[in-house]
Amino acid sequence: MVFAIGILLGIGLIFNVLGTISLYRFPDVYTRLHGTTKCTTFGSLFTSAAVVVYGLSRYFDGYDGRFVTLSLHVVVAILALLISNATGAHALARASHRSGIMPLYAVVDHLAEDEKNKGGRIS
Amino acid sequence: MVIFVASALTYLLLVWAGGAIEWLEVVIAIVFGGLMAVMARRWNPDITLRHSWLNPIRLARFVVYLFGPFLFALIQANLDVAMRVITGKINPGIVRIPTGLNGDGALTLLANSITLTPGTLTVDANDKSRELYIHWINVTNEKPGAEDICGTFPKWARRIAE
Repeated sequence: MVFAIGILLGIGLIFNVLGTISLYRFPDVYTRLHGTTKCTTFGSLFTSAAVVVYGLSRYFDGYDGRFVTLSLHVVVAILALLISNATGAHALARASHRSGIMPLYAVVDHLAEDEKNKGGRIS
Repeated sequence: MVIFVASALTYLLLVWAGGAIEWLEVVIAIVFGGLMAVMARRWNPDITLRHSWLNPIRLARFVVYLFGPFLFALIQANLDVAMRVITGKINPGIVRIPTGLNGDGALTLLANSITLTPGTLTVDANDKSRELYIHWINVTNEKPGAEDICGTFPKWARRIAE
């Protein structure tokens, strides 16, 4: 069981480290958001899964109800994380584009073209 | 009423410790559920919760979607973006995709799924023409359809939330 928890924590850590490195390697706010989404989805998902596995294994050791509560709370935290991560990244991207920060090295930008054609904001 | 039941059940789930639930906890759950319902009504009187979200078949489909195609796309996209972080090869751009979804719930579900999978990020949405503007880290096709970016996600969103 310790082995499984170690593997889950290891995968989570690797992806969190990669997400942090992406903040330095990527050029602008949009590509950096891609990197940090990876952090929260895979990194934190796997570290939270490790906590769930730990809680369940401790529960089946001695049927102590506290560990079920621990696992349940972590599952609720994962759900909250997924929802807030998606909406937060979307809000950041939309606000940056509205403030006039254009994506660097972009090969195509349909949003800016449509705004220019329409002469204002899309929504 | 929906909010009342949902928050009371959530409270009971959070205090549940693997055994029987004390009656005092049930009383507290009912009190907090009522409080939440009143607060939600005060906060937004126009709040509409469609009952189709409580349909068990739709909820079952949502769970299947979460652990089937969504998880698969998540793993694929994570490995792809991980390689891009290491090699630094990017080819970004903002593309417009038609979704063909009518419901607001379905569009929200699709936009959130797209943002959660790394490599694609919803920047803006056009409510009238039901199109999404997606920042895509690797543009291979300058006029993509919905399948190029998110695979079978729109179909699932239609089945779950419309």
